[in-house]
Amino acid sequence: MSDVSTPTPSSTAVTRADICAVAIAEAFRGDGERLCNPIGNLPLIGGRLAAATFEPYLALTDGFYTLMDPQSPDEVPPIALPEAERVAQRTVAHWNPYREMFGLLWQGKRHVMMGATQIDQYGNQNIAAIGDWAQPRRQLLGFRGAPGNTINHTTSYWVPNHSPRVFVPAVDVVCGIGYDRAHALGPVASRFHEVRRVVSNLAVFDFEALDAEGVPTMRLRSLHPGVTLEEVLEATGCDVVVPADLGESRAPTEQELAQIHRLDPRSLRLSEVPEP
Amino acid sequence: MPGPDKRCTEDEVVAELSSGMTLGIGGWGSRRKPMSLIRAILRSDLTDLTIVSYGGPDVGLLCRSGKVRKVISGFVSLDSIPLEPHYQAARQNGSIQAAEWDEGMLLLGLQAAAWRVPFLPTRAGLGSDVMKNMPDLRTVTSPYATVLPGQNDGGEFEELLAVPALELDAALVHQNAADVSGNSVWLGEDPFMDDLFVRAAQRSYVSTERILPTTELAGLGDIAHLKISRMDVTGVIEAPHGAHFTECLPDYSRDEAFQKRYAATAKSDEAWDEFRVEFLDIDEAGYQAKVKELQV
Repeated sequence: MSDVSTPTPSSTAVTRADICAVAIAEAFRGDGERLCNPIGNLPLIGGRLAAATFEPYLALTDGFYTLMDPQSPDEVPPIALPEAERVAQRTVAHWNPYREMFGLLWQGKRHVMMGATQIDQYGNQNIAAIGDWAQPRRQLLGFRGAPGNTINHTTSYWVPNHSPRVFVPAVDVVCGIGYDRAHALGPVASRFHEVRRVVSNLAVFDFEALDAEGVPTMRLRSLHPGVTLEEVLEATGCDVVVPADLGESRAPTEQELAQIHRLDPRSLRLSEVPEP
Repeated sequence: MPGPDKRCTEDEVVAELSSGMTLGIGGWGSRRKPMSLIRAILRSDLTDLTIVSYGGPDVGLLCRSGKVRKVISGFVSLDSIPLEPHYQAARQNGSIQAAEWDEGMLLLGLQAAAWRVPFLPTRAGLGSDVMKNMPDLRTVTSPYATVLPGQNDGGEFEELLAVPALELDAALVHQNAADVSGNSVWLGEDPFMDDLFVRAAQRSYVSTERILPTTELAGLGDIAHLKISRMDVTGVIEAPHGAHFTECLPDYSRDEAFQKRYAATAKSDEAWDEFRVEFLDIDEAGYQAKVKELQV
């Protein structure tokens, strides 16, 4: 577990949001030449951090219609740039309009990190609606690409507001499919399914534990510094396996911290994950 | 030889449509939507429509105006405002039927209709509640065995989701330029699915920022931007600024202030009525004049 280790001390104060950015980056470790496709501010910071540091061959999206190949770590563009800047700072390597994105993701060379309004112990994710889908109490985004993403390639999730309302025993609508749904489809239909990581503002989870039926189930991987196990369990409404050798989410190296500051010049990560 | 002259007005298009039809609407979210055609539908007595769309304010406006029986979508969003408030309200008050598909499924449904096959297979949707909530969706068993690497068991006949062809009575799309017979040019960075929409439909209407001689089309971008052929087009409507308030790059970006104003109309019936009277109960020229006034 390379992401749970002794942190390299860094000269600048490290925030919880920085820890989250590193934990998100770690989710993309080992992906090599694949599309790193984080959605949302902190996921974008984390994904681009990975590309600017230990995972240089990741392909990056500009958030719209192109894939970028920045020519050096410092050319990985910051997030949330004004439109003219965004266009000026991208090194376009590939045209990727939506239909090509579907082509790419059905082929499988992609790792997406999506948000989740609800998530359960098997990694089923809901972004569609709260309540009964037929006439929901609250209509949300719809299924978007979650069903196709999860059955075709690696998926991780980002939860900035860890609470029992997000981590639930059963989600209201299954958009991104979890391991129990994949298991029920059988080994052939589910052979490209992988929910790798859930990163929250409190902790990191993976699915490297098995339930009684041998189905992968949510496991606490590390606690962010300053967070107690009790705090996480209280905020988690679904079952979660706690390993004996539970570690702490690692801090950024100095180089990583500098990149985080460069990638997020307006400190948007701090409004998403305020200091506790 | 030049193609036939298919120029017409928004109201002439609406006169060719009828209640109960299935309409496909091009663009994506709040991007390059054929809004002048949508506004013409809002002024008409058309109702009971089934709408197929990567939905944005087109879907919200039609729902709020009581034009819709059913929406088939991959999502409905205003992009900078993630949830389309009028679609959200229509779902929560149960005034419309909805088929919410995976985004990629919608592409396959349009492609199937455009290719005149009854379905296209995909893995997208399997195991999710798309299958549970849309029980008319069916699966299909592959006639070819899938053999996993390293296994010599003869393999398995995979079950895939059969996305049904989305056959459209009519398609409405907006393009940056076109000639009088419907050869069209998209600019910006994404053609979206507009070319599939026009192929999937019995009748297709292209509204456009400008009508140009055919000889000038290829010079606007490279030839890859000449994505829609006149063979797939029934009518061409010259509609400068016709995609307002959605974005139509590079001609104009989204009118965020106007979109905010639109989104706020979901707050009360009074707010909606005020907006409707001011911007929707008038003709397109009146609408464009009002919008221009707001921008000075």
